[in-house]
Amino acid sequence: MRAAHLQAVASGPSAAPAEAAAGHRWFPAGTHITVRGLTKRFEGGTLYENFDLDIPKGKIISIFGPNGCGKSTLINMMSGIMPYDSGQILFEGKEVRESRIGYVFQNYREAVFPWLRARDNIRYPLQFLGLSRAECDARVESLLASFDVKLDLNRYPYEMSGGQQQLVSIMRALVVDPEVLFLDEPFSALDYEMTLFLRDRLQKVLIERQTTTLLVSHDLDEAVCLADIVLLLTKRPTHVSEIVPFDAPRPRTVDTTVTPEFVRVKSHCLEVFQREVRKP
Amino acid sequence: MITHLSRRWGPRLQPLVGALLIIFLWWFAHEVKLVDPVLLPSPGESLDAFWKGLTQGTLWGDFYKTIVRTFASFIIATVIAVPLGILLGSSERVYRSLEFAIDFFRSTPASAMFPLFLVLFGVGEATKIAVAAFGAGLGILFNVSYGVMNARKQRQLAAKVMGASSFKVLRDVTLWESLPQTFVGMRSGVSLALVIVIVAEMFIGSTDGLGQRIMNAQMVFDMPEMYAAIFAAGALGYVLNLLFLVAERRFVHWGGK
Repeated sequence: MRAAHLQAVASGPSAAPAEAAAGHRWFPAGTHITVRGLTKRFEGGTLYENFDLDIPKGKIISIFGPNGCGKSTLINMMSGIMPYDSGQILFEGKEVRESRIGYVFQNYREAVFPWLRARDNIRYPLQFLGLSRAECDARVESLLASFDVKLDLNRYPYEMSGGQQQLVSIMRALVVDPEVLFLDEPFSALDYEMTLFLRDRLQKVLIERQTTTLLVSHDLDEAVCLADIVLLLTKRPTHVSEIVPFDAPRPRTVDTTVTPEFVRVKSHCLEVFQREVRKP
Repeated sequence: MITHLSRRWGPRLQPLVGALLIIFLWWFAHEVKLVDPVLLPSPGESLDAFWKGLTQGTLWGDFYKTIVRTFASFIIATVIAVPLGILLGSSERVYRSLEFAIDFFRSTPASAMFPLFLVLFGVGEATKIAVAAFGAGLGILFNVSYGVMNARKQRQLAAKVMGASSFKVLRDVTLWESLPQTFVGMRSGVSLALVIVIVAEMFIGSTDGLGQRIMNAQMVFDMPEMYAAIFAAGALGYVLNLLFLVAERRFVHWGGK
């Protein structure tokens, strides 16, 4: 499997080296995450074998594919949650532990810390950045302002609705101003109304901040609607089936999902997906 | 008016129904001489003995001794078992290799260990406290280890992915995760410590304490005195349990939610 370059316009592999800090590996300009030769085996099966992928900087990438193809496993390996057997994953030439990342879990109930108030949950990762107390407070306030939502941060998570808890969890991931944000089916445990609301606000903040985002989704509408690029994966052993760009103007709303462009991209994704699923 | 009052006070007074029923049956058995009055004095006599013992007599002294011994053994047990439990629980492999030993001694009645502790600590205060601390400590150790081992992996991962070191994951997540189970261990530990202290006071050369008082009263057939001491022991156990429940609700406010 050749390296799948997601950039359509950016310079190819022969381009001049990007301005990487000294000691960091070379990476193509405009590329944020480079995955090379990634291999992951489970007992009795290979999930990824020699998997290559380039993720461009500042884009929202949705990952979509058949059940068990390892969508979540991919972002878990990227974010350092899960070990892999061999290969390399670099963020602008850096290791994951040298990068600031945010991760939002599907199951917010078991991701937020119920012994901390919402404010302290959001503030928690800031301790690792060595900021002053005033700076921390300012960060939380500015983030709350960008989300433009009324939320009593002095409450404990268990005193909040599911959507509010996930919002806290999203804010906790974003407060460090991450270089990359990973979202593992962040809305699938929420009701539809809440999902639309959170999608809307998250999209707004991500566009403002130009954060490279990887979204794992099992909802094709959601995957396409939020994405700059839809990454379609095959059945295992998993490789990239197709990379589908979606350039509709932002902010995208429910109305976006009825435009001909959306319908065309979604149908195409669905076609690719079904072709994959039907493969023996 | 009456229904209004009963609606308001009914739920609060409900728990007293059972107590009143027992006192009534006791009183009734005494009145109709169902049991020899020497063996079963009236509730009034017993209550009188309890009250007089506390205010004028020596009951309070024995009561106090038992409280001190129970707390001393509980504190020793907690100080040793909680850190050790965290240590064992943090490494599932270590815990698995010690699990059998811990379970075995946890299942051994602490009273069976009396002779061993007598040999080790002599006939004195130390033995009673040591046996009780041993029994309570194993229970606490077991619960803390399990609490640490069963900490939600996802919360630990969440902290790790935010950049927390293993030490910070332990301090900021695992310890909090284990807190509910730790409280369960401490609550059952303090109850067990009380049981062992009372039994130790009865059988291993005591000159004071509620256990010794109950034995003495029984030997001289001072039944009101005996019931008074039993009641004191019961009240102590109940209050200890209540104390830990309240503390648990306060410190583990997120529990069960």
